[in-house]
Order: sequence, then structure tokens, then C-alpha cells
Amino acid sequence: MSVKAPLPHDTAGLHVAGSARYIDDIPVPANCLHLAFGLSNEARGVITGADLSAVRAAPGVITVLKATDLPHENDVSAAAHDEPLLAQGEVFYHGQPIFLVVATSHLAARKAARLANITISKRPAIITIDEALSANSRFEGEALVWNNGDAETALNTAPRNVEGSIEIGGQEHFYLESQAALAQPQENGDMLINSSTQHPTEIQHKVAEALGKPMHSVRVESRRMGGGFGGKESQGNALAVACAVAASQTGQPCKMRYDRDDDMVITGKRHDFRINYRAGFTKDGKILGVEFVHYARCGWAADLSLPVADRAMLHADNAYYVPAMRIESHRLKTNTTSATAYRGFGGPQGMLGMERVMDHIAHELKLDPAELRQRNFYASQKDTGPKQRTHYNQKVTDFELHEMLERLTDTAQYAARKKAVSDWNANNDILKKGLAFSPLKFGISFTLSHLNQAGALVHIYQDGSVHLNHGGTEMGQGLNQKIAQVAASEFGLPMERIRITATDTAKVPNTSATAASSGSDLNGMAVKNACNKLKKRIIRILSNHWETTQSDVIFTDGMVQIGHHSMSFDAAARLAYESRVSLSATGFYRTPKLSWDRLKGRGRPFYYFAYGAAITEVVIDTLTGENRILRTDILHDAGTSLNPALDIGQVEGAYVQGAGWLTMEELVWDTSGRLQTHAPSTYKIPTCADRPDVFNVALWPGENRENTIYRSKAVGEPPFMLGISAFLALSDAIAACGEIYPALDAPATPERILKAVNRVRLG
Amino acid sequence: MSNIHVTTTVNGDSVEFLCDPRETLLDVLRDRLTLTGAKEGCGTGDCGACSVMLDGRLVSSCLVLGAEAEGKTIETVEGMANGEELHPLQRKIIEHAALQCGVCTPGILVAAKALLEKNPDPSESEIRFWLAGNLCRCTGYDKIIRAIQDAAAEMRGAA
Ligand code: FES
Ligand code: FES
Repeated sequence: MSVKAPLPHDTAGLHVAGSARYIDDIPVPANCLHLAFGLSNEARGVITGADLSAVRAAPGVITVLKATDLPHENDVSAAAHDEPLLAQGEVFYHGQPIFLVVATSHLAARKAARLANITISKRPAIITIDEALSANSRFEGEALVWNNGDAETALNTAPRNVEGSIEIGGQEHFYLESQAALAQPQENGDMLINSSTQHPTEIQHKVAEALGKPMHSVRVESRRMGGGFGGKESQGNALAVACAVAASQTGQPCKMRYDRDDDMVITGKRHDFRINYRAGFTKDGKILGVEFVHYARCGWAADLSLPVADRAMLHADNAYYVPAMRIESHRLKTNTTSATAYRGFGGPQGMLGMERVMDHIAHELKLDPAELRQRNFYASQKDTGPKQRTHYNQKVTDFELHEMLERLTDTAQYAARKKAVSDWNANNDILKKGLAFSPLKFGISFTLSHLNQAGALVHIYQDGSVHLNHGGTEMGQGLNQKIAQVAASEFGLPMERIRITATDTAKVPNTSATAASSGSDLNGMAVKNACNKLKKRIIRILSNHWETTQSDVIFTDGMVQIGHHSMSFDAAARLAYESRVSLSATGFYRTPKLSWDRLKGRGRPFYYFAYGAAITEVVIDTLTGENRILRTDILHDAGTSLNPALDIGQVEGAYVQGAGWLTMEELVWDTSGRLQTHAPSTYKIPTCADRPDVFNVALWPGENRENTIYRSKAVGEPPFMLGISAFLALSDAIAACGEIYPALDAPATPERILKAVNRVRLG
Repeated sequence: MSNIHVTTTVNGDSVEFLCDPRETLLDVLRDRLTLTGAKEGCGTGDCGACSVMLDGRLVSSCLVLGAEAEGKTIETVEGMANGEELHPLQRKIIEHAALQCGVCTPGILVAAKALLEKNPDPSESEIRFWLAGNLCRCTGYDKIIRAIQDAAAEMRGAA
């Protein structure tokens, strides 16, 4: 069967030949125009003058558009209608697009965009979390508070307490292909958009609004993205809308791609957080109650910040049963880029808050941190007692981490290495080592329940070859390969008989973003649903043909067998065609069992949980703060993996990205709100030399208890949070320098590590 | 500024083009010669996605001017396979599932080929440090290194 086979990415052959096409590689007509935005160089102010004559006069410039030149809606927001394509009167962040240059080349457009003479009367900009708090600048009017049990009493009566605070930095997606879109006018005023997007339907919607047309006039195609990670869920809207408006005005194809610097300055990033915590526990380290205050810096527009901040709250327990919890979540509005979706969608920040609490308690009680964690885990799924509930009242019925922890600590020789690390630290003053375990439990489903739906379109041609489309987008995760494996397994066909083409709003309408790790869960089921409809039709035809009853049907090895009769799939397709039976079907799926009240924080937002565990060993240089990851061992739960090669690839890539977030990737805004780290020269993502020296990754041989596609589990986001173990290991190494708790902030750059070392040394 | 005429060799074929004197080799390859295998990841020499060989030297084509290619030989990812037959590095990248979004892949292939030409038996550290200029945001690099080691072993065996 094709599912469960470790096949490489479906277009790997094109990639190694350099012939896989991204937006900027699509051949365009010679009259194609190129676009660039002119950007605000103030973080906040009122536009008092905009002299664009030099821009218009620049070589190659065809036209220049301002907000007032836009024919219809001036909005590219995901939902809140608060994000103009071009600034209207006021600017709200440094880098906000103010005007749009349409020129004959990419370079001509970019150069011209720098020639504007824009005068902005400055207003006081709100940049930091503290500034936002003192100005009471926020979304949703007030903080969202969830209470489960009486945390205050639990804390006041607990034998022991810890309290503290952690700063958690944001993160640039750094998809290697920057944002890009291409618009080509069609007959009848229709528009064809090629977009590097995780959300073709939203692009279609926003373009239709901007052109003042119904959605049926706009077709969006997304063949592949050069990386997405959440950064192409809403951030591609501006480019697609700009291209569409310019194309409709000029009647010529228009293309826009952000140069890397522009991309980093304009687009949203992961939310930075501050989390304050107070926890009460017994002297054996059993947690009795926790209070969290989350401060999320959301930037200038709402974008996806509310669901992101919600998901941070939803993961405040991580893997631990907390009898009483109170979480207060502040969504702060600042004059910085609008923070957006990024792999984990707030989950990583919420989880790190809880892991900090665990780490702090272990230090306080001088208990082994892995042991302490296990004491607080939810009960195992094998436990026969009543199921424990999360702080939002969802039963945890599939908990795997006890068994995973035991397996991982064994294969990674945790106890022996913990001892070796402490021996090393006792004998070495300059280089200190740290070793840490971190678990994860991640809820799978969109928390906006209606998004948990998907569609598919499957055709069987009369020669028996299969062509399909689904609503998911390919950003490198190998979704199309997994989906093709599902179809191949359903029809019993070899993989080369299945072809998946670009995601296309004309094929499958009203899709949700490929996000929340849901791509294969939702679309796999929708495709299976369509395949089943077609199989039923073929079975009916063959049963009539052989005059047999319909039991014992097998689709395998390119054959269809009913009882003792059999026929090739291709011949069966031909027969169905000649019998005038439709060989095309749509499929649909909606996730069952969900119900969620976000204001109360009660219900079942998640269909199931995915689990994972990591152990990371690091070494730090206490004189410079420099550090390395020496070894990482990971055990990750992908249910019954649809494709172990792709899933392990996701785990490895996610871990390195997660570790990068918490160690080396630092976003720095200066006091005027200018992003100082807007290029790879100053913003450092992990390189080949930063990957762990020893990197052991295995999948946990479990299966999903819920009825997901072949009992697999979503794998896109969860392993990102395994990177937390690297951060905890650094903290462990710093703790070896003295007695006090290091209280390390993220990202743990060499500078921060050095400061923490000095703090701990001074006691 | 008037365009200049450049004669060069790309993947074994002699090629002529006109370009703006300020145009990068990367833009010339992509926009004038329709060789879009080399990608622009940064445009500032920091990501390696635009890697090509220029007279046998590994360069970031975003930092080279098209005009500098005059009289030189250029090799890009498009020239790596021998007709239908993939280079062992290409084959091993596929076999090891060592790519996800694939934008870094062409640059990594060109860079790895350059490494193996200088050093057919690189240690793991040598590979890691050689490739430190080729960013990959997706894979975490592990499978890439293994694929290169495997290809190197196969190429040594065949030699
Ligand atoms: S595009 Fe040339 S190094 Fe990044
Ligand atoms: S595979 Fe996406 S950047 Fe390497």
C-alpha cells in the first residue's frame, strides 16, 4: 500500500533539476509589469504631504497608485478590515506601504519607490509591551481571562511557590522564497492570480473585494511555495491585491515579489510575548495551581492575533495536569509589523511559559527536571481511572507521554548522561554543559471550528489515470505526496497513476488555509471521501457486468477484484465510461466532535492531541556566551505515519527552526520602531553548522485513537516545540555556574547567556 | 546606460546576451537566459540560493555582475544532469528526501558538487562548514548532509 511508504517529495525530481517553478520562475508575457511599494519611514504619524513626481518621472515607471487611486476596497486584512493596502492619511508602522509603483522591471520599480518625498507629522509611537500597557493600547478592549478552579486559593495554600517572568522574542519566518504574486487579466474583466500563498481562497476573496467583483471573477492558483510556516497565511494578500489592481488598471500582467529586505520590514512575524507566572506546588513537586499573565505584542493590526493569543492560552498547560489555573491574556496593539501566524500559532509561547514553570520548580526543589515533569503529566491513556481534563475542560484521553518519556530516556541514556554532565561541570570552569528534556502536547484543529472543513475533486480518466485536486497548498511539507498516497491506496494504484496539480480555487472552492497542521488530516479525508464515491460507482458497474453481488471487493495492484472476478483498474474505468457513469467526484470532510466557546474558554477545541519528546545536550562558553547543541534525541508521535520520510523531515526541520527561535534568531526594533534586523546579515537563522552534532529522530509507533486519515496525526507544527529542550538545556548549563535560578529570557543569544552566567555567578 | 554585449559559456553551450552593466549575473541567468534554477533568497550574498560556478569557482551569482561573465564559463544546476541521467548528488538528495520546499536545493547541489570536486572524501564537519553559506529553512540540514556523504561514497566507489 502506498500510504505508510517513505517516499520523497512528489516533485523532488523537478527540484534537483532546478525546474520546479515558483511564482518568480513562471514565464510571463513580454509586457508584464513589475510592482514595488513605497514604504513609510516613520512608525506612526499623519501623512501631510506626498510628492510623487520624482517617482513618476523615474525611468521605466508606468504609473503610481496611492490609496485614493484604488477603485474599491482598500483592505488586505484577514478579517478585521483594519489593514489598508496603501496607507490612508495615517501610518502605523515603519515599513507600511504608502504607494505602489508600477514599472517595466522589478529593479526600476524598486529604485523609483525610493524617490518619493513623503512628509509625515510624527505621533508618539508605541513600540514595546510596556509602552502599550501604559497607553492601554490593545485589541478586544480588555484582557481575556480564563479561570479553571480557584487558582488564587490553591496558590495561597500551597506549601511552596515560585514566581517569575520570561520574555520571549518573536521570529521572522525567513521562508527562502520571499512573498510573490502574479496577476493576469482575462476576458470579461476576470483575473487570474498566481500566488505564493497558504490560503488561495482568502486571496480570491480579497482580490474580488479590491476589484469590486464577485468571487467567481477571480481564480487563484498556488502551485507551490518556497516555504510558508504561517508567513503566507495572510501576508500574501497585499501583493496579490496590488497586482490585481494594477493589472486591471493597465490591462497588462503584473508581478510583484518582495526583495528580502522589504519582506522582512513589511510582513508580520511570530508574536513576542512576556509571560508572568506564579505557581504553587507540594514539596514533591506536584503542581496545585498556576496563574499566568500573557502579554502578546500584536503589532498595528489585528490580523490573526486573537486566535494566536487564544492558542497560547490553550497550551499554557502543555502536558501537565494543573488542578487550578487562571490565565489572563493581553493582546497589545503596537506600532510594529502586524504579528501573524507562525508554526505553532501561539502554542509555542504558551508552552514555553509552562516549561519555564516546571524548570523553575525543579531548580527550587533540586529535583530531576524530567522526573518532576513526569509526576505532573496527565494520566496515561492506559490509566483506567476517570480521565483528567485540561484547564479548558477537554478530556485528555490519548495521553502518550509516560511511555514516550520512558522510551526516550532509555534510548538517549538520559540518567547516565545527566551524571556525565554534572561530572563535567564539576571539573570544568569555563565550558559548562547542560542537558534537558521537554515534552509536548499539541492540540490539533482550527480553534475557529468552522474552518475544520475541506473539499476535493477527483477525476478518473477513461485510460484509468487519476487526476486530483484538494484545498491544501504545498509549501514543501509534502502534502501532495501524502494525499496522492491516500488516493493510490484507495484505488490500489501505483503512485505514477495519480497526478495532483496546482491548488486552484476553480477546482475546489471555499477552502481553509493550509494551517494549524491540518493539511493532510482534512484534505486526506476529503480525497478519501471522493475516492469512495468513485469506487462505489465502479463496483456497481462491475457487479452488473459480472452479475454478482457486491461483497468482497478489492482494489489492489492496479486491479479490481469482486469475488473471483477481476479486471484491471484501467479496463474498469473504460467500462464505466462506456456505461455512461460519471468518473468525477467531489469529496468533503468536516472534523467531528468539536465545540468551543472561546470567551468562556470551555469546550473541546481539539479533535486530538499530538505528542513529542526531546532531550538536548548543549555546551556553553561561560566567557563569551557562545554555545553549541551537541546532541539531540527526539521521539515524535505522528500516529500511524502516512509517510515516515516526510514526517521525520518535518520533525528535523521543525526542531532546528524551534531551537533557532529560542537561541539565535533575534529581532531588534530600535526605539523609533525601525526593525534593525531586516536581512540575513543581521538576522541569523540556523545554518548547516548549527545543526546538532548528533541528531537522533524517531517516530513513536502509535496510532491515532480518533478516526483520522489512516490513523495518522498532524505533524507540521508540533515538533517545532521540541526546540524548547535546547533552551532548557542552555538554562541548565548556566545553572551549573552557581546557586540561583538563571531565569533566562529568549532568544538565548550569547549576549543573554553571558549576562545570565554573570548573574548566577554573583548569586 | 547602454547595454553591453557579453559572450560566455553556460553549461557547455556558448551563449551571448545583452545586459545592463549594473545587472547581476543572477538576473541575467533568470531573466535573460531563462535559467531559473538559481534562486534569489536574499540578493546580498548571505543565503547561497543563487550559487553557480564561474570558471570553476563557487560564487553567489547575486554578487557577480552579468558583464563579468565575459569569456568565462558558467555552470548552473540545470547543467548537472547528463541528459536524463541525474548526477549522484541529485539522485541522493531525492533518495534521502533531503528537500522540502526546494528553494535551497539548486544552490546546495552546486555548492556540494564544488566541494566534492576539491575533496572527494569530506568529513562531516567539512561538509557542514562548506555549506554554512547555504541557508535552508525547512529541512534542519540532517538529510542534506547524509545525502552528500552518501553521494560522495558512491562517487569514490565509481572512480
Ligand atoms: S541570493 Fe545570492 S546569496 Fe542569497
Ligand atoms: S528545502 Fe526549503 S529552504 Fe531548503
